[in-house]
Amino acid sequence: MKARIFVTLKNGVLDPQGKAIGHALNNLGFTSVDKVRQGKIIDIELSEGSETKARADLEKMCQKLLANTVIESYEIELTK
Amino acid sequence: MKSAVVVFPDSNCDRDAATALEQTSGIKPIMVWHDDSSLPDNVDLIVLPGGFSYGDYLRSGAMAAHSRIMRDVKDKAEKGVAVLGICNGFQVLTETGLLPGVLIRNIHLKYVCRVVGLTVEESQSSFTRSYRKGHVMKMPVAHGEGNYFADDETLDRLEDQNRIAFRYAEGENPNGSARNIAGILSERRNVLGMMPHPERVCDPALGGIDGRGLFQSLVKTLS
Repeated sequence: MKARIFVTLKNGVLDPQGKAIGHALNNLGFTSVDKVRQGKIIDIELSEGSETKARADLEKMCQKLLANTVIESYEIELTK
Repeated sequence: MKSAVVVFPDSNCDRDAATALEQTSGIKPIMVWHDDSSLPDNVDLIVLPGGFSYGDYLRSGAMAAHSRIMRDVKDKAEKGVAVLGICNGFQVLTETGLLPGVLIRNIHLKYVCRVVGLTVEESQSSFTRSYRKGHVMKMPVAHGEGNYFADDETLDRLEDQNRIAFRYAEGENPNGSARNIAGILSERRNVLGMMPHPERVCDPALGGIDGRGLFQSLVKTLS
């Protein structure tokens, strides 16, 4: 089973990297860019047959390590 | 005062911390490897030094927070043993949950390495009792992720409980930290995390001795 985890900053948390990317895009002539927020994607391959169990494990992984829930939120996408 | 310095892969201020501790306490600290399972039982102070543990992978401090030795650091901190986290050590302490909030990327995205003005906000702690409240000193900072962030409720709580140990002096905030916070105490006041480097200003040959007070405070309290 494969999982893709999206880790993004929560609303209201300052994202200086996203801001810098936005500026760079504006400077490249993409004047329609108003706001950029960046995050990360983590791909995980699991040897787990049960989708429910995999999802529960991934949830724990996000809580314990993959995201810092003080500032980040996460989404889990599962594919077989 | 018996102290221990934890060494993570890519710690780079561990020996500076050890020298500062030895100079002030007269006792050589024990260096403990991150993969060891426990610290000596009778240790009075644990130092998590500056550096780039685990190459700052995932988030700075995130991997170190889950290394084997940290279980014992957490246990001992919960029992009241003093823990000092400097720079990367502060990041490790927030990632383990021993201190609230998180240190995010500097507001201007640049790594800062310079001397800043630092105000002592709280002298009622085992880390700061040798300083006078309001005293402004000079201390170096060297970090890319030192921008202290926490929600307003947490920040208010830190202020109400007098847990902000140090603030950057007016107009000298080098990283965008909320309320100019440079160092905070845990609720029990036995854990201190700070971004500036007191261990780098303990010898006049290195340009200053403003950091000595912190180690002297600890020696006074814990010996």
